[in-house]
Amino acid sequence: MQIQQLSVFVENKSGRLAEITEIIGKAGVDIRAISVADTSDFGILRLIVDKPKEAVELLRAAGLTVSLTSVIAIGIDDKPGEFAKAMRVLADGNIGVEYMYAFISCDKGKAYVLLRVLETDKAVECLKQNGVTLLSAEEIYGM
Amino acid sequence: MSRPELEALQLERLKRMVNYCYENVPFYHERLEKAGVTGDKIKTLSDIQYIPFTTKDDIRDNYPFHMLATPMKKIVRIHASSGTTGKPTVGAYTRRDLDLWSDHVARVAAASGACEEDIFQISFGYGLFTGALGLHYGLEKIGATVIPASSGNTAKQLMMFRDFGVTGLVATPSYALYLGEMVKESGYPRDAYKLRLGLLGSEGCTEEMREQIEKNLGIFVTDNYGMTELGGPGVSGECEYRCGLHFAEDAFLPEIIDTETGMQKAPGESGELVVTTLLREGMPVLRYRTKDITRLNYEPCRCGRTHVRMDKVTGRTDDMMIIKGVNVFPSQIESVLVGTKGIGPHYQLVVRRRNFMDNLEVKVELVSADLLESYGELEALQRGLHDRLKSVLGLETKVTLVEPKSLERFQGKAKRILDLRNEKE
Repeated sequence: MQIQQLSVFVENKSGRLAEITEIIGKAGVDIRAISVADTSDFGILRLIVDKPKEAVELLRAAGLTVSLTSVIAIGIDDKPGEFAKAMRVLADGNIGVEYMYAFISCDKGKAYVLLRVLETDKAVECLKQNGVTLLSAEEIYGM
Repeated sequence: MSRPELEALQLERLKRMVNYCYENVPFYHERLEKAGVTGDKIKTLSDIQYIPFTTKDDIRDNYPFHMLATPMKKIVRIHASSGTTGKPTVGAYTRRDLDLWSDHVARVAAASGACEEDIFQISFGYGLFTGALGLHYGLEKIGATVIPASSGNTAKQLMMFRDFGVTGLVATPSYALYLGEMVKESGYPRDAYKLRLGLLGSEGCTEEMREQIEKNLGIFVTDNYGMTELGGPGVSGECEYRCGLHFAEDAFLPEIIDTETGMQKAPGESGELVVTTLLREGMPVLRYRTKDITRLNYEPCRCGRTHVRMDKVTGRTDDMMIIKGVNVFPSQIESVLVGTKGIGPHYQLVVRRRNFMDNLEVKVELVSADLLESYGELEALQRGLHDRLKSVLGLETKVTLVEPKSLERFQGKAKRILDLRNEKE
C-alpha cells in the first residue's frame, strides 16, 4: 500500500521546473501527481510517476538532490464531506499528516489523496479498519 | 622636518627598537638571534631588510600576551580585533603608548581640518575595537568635544546631531551613507544640521560613495588608516588635499615589498605595505606584513607636510573582506561549513550593498537528500548555519541553499568571493 514519491530540491529560479520535468519527460516517464511549495529561496518538488526508480536515476544523473519516500494514497468519493471523513479517521487514530496533495480522477467520480504520514503502517491499518479505500502502487502508477 | 633629518631620526629609533625587542620579547630575541641582527648591525635604513618579517600568524601564535615587551603591570589598556579562528588579535598599551596613539590620531584629525571648536559624534561601535576609543582620545587631544554615541539607534544619532550641534562624524562609510539618507528623510531643514567634517574609516570607501556621503550630510570626508596590530587608527590619514594618506613616519616606518619575494620595491612602486613600529612599548612589531597593497609617494604635499603619503589601499594579498567594518576571512566561513552535515564543500560568498549597508550572502549546495521530507528540517539547517556563522564572524549573514553542482568549480585558486558592492543595484 506504499507508493514511492520523489522529492526534488529546486532552487527558486524561473525555468527550473520546466528543466527538471523535461528530463523525465524525454525519457518517457509519466507524471501521475505533482505538488510544489516554496520558501523564498527554494522549493521541494514532489512527484508521483509511473516509473519512480528510473526517474530518480535520471534526476540524480542530472546532478539534482532527490529522495524517494513512501506515501499512501486513498480514494474517496468526489462528494462534499468525503475528504473530511477520511481526515477524521486519521485524527481519531492520532495520526498526524506531514503534507498531502490531491487530484480528481477524470472517469470514475473519485478523488485521490496522497498523504505523507510518519507512521505509514499504522495509518494504513487505521484507514483500512475504517473502510477508507487505499490504492496500491500499481494502481497509481498504472492510471 | 627634511627627509635627511627624518631618516636620521628613523634610523636612531629603529636601532633602539631592534635592541628593545631583542631584549624584551622572547619571540624577537629568538628571531633576531637566528637572523644575526642586532641594533648595532643596522647602519642604514635599508639594513632593515635583514630583519625577519612578522606576520599575523606570528601574533596569533603568541596569543594573548607573548608579544608583550613589558610586564603586565605596565600595561594600562588592551584592545582586540575580530579573530580569524576564534582567537582575536590583541593589542596592549602602556601609558606612553596611549599618549602617543592619541597624538597620532590628533594629527590625523588636525589634517582633516578638525579643530577645538568641533563637536564630534563617534558612531563607531565602542568595545574592544580600536577605532572608537582611538578617535575618541585623539579628538579630545585637539580639544574637540567628543560624544561617544557608539553605533546603532539611528533616530537618536540624528537627534544628537541636531540638539548638540554636532559638526563632525566618525563612522564607517556605509553607516555614514545610511545616516546621510536618514538625514535627508528626517523632515528637518538642512540648517538644523551643522555637520561639516567626516573622519570615516575601518572599511573601504569608493570615490562615488564618498561623494554621496558628502552630498547627503554636507560634510568633507577624509580617510584614515590603521590596524590593531599597529595600535589602531593614527598610522596614516588624509589632509585637506586628499592626495594620499600622510604616514606618521616618525613612529611607523613603512616599506613596500614584493609579496612573493619579500624584497623591497623601488619608491613609488605598488606592493605590500610592511610597517615597523618605532616607538611602541607595550607591543612593538618589527616589519609587520599588513597584506594591504598600496604605494608610497615621497613627493612633498601641497599642504606642506613632508611625511610620505600612502595611496588608498587598492587590494589585499590575501582574501580578507571587510564587511560592516568587520574583517572576514573565507576560511572562517569554511570552518563552519565543513562541520555541517548535508551540505557540500563548495560555497560562494556574495557581498552586496543594499540600503547603504553591506550584507553577506553565503551560498551552499544542499547535497543530502535526507532533509527533503520537511521544510522544517531545511529551514533548521539554514538557521543553524546562520547562527554558527554569526557567532564565528560576529555578523548577520543570509544563508542560501542551492542545488548541487550549481556553484562554479575552480581549478587552482578558487574565486569564491563575488563582491558586488560597487555595482549599480
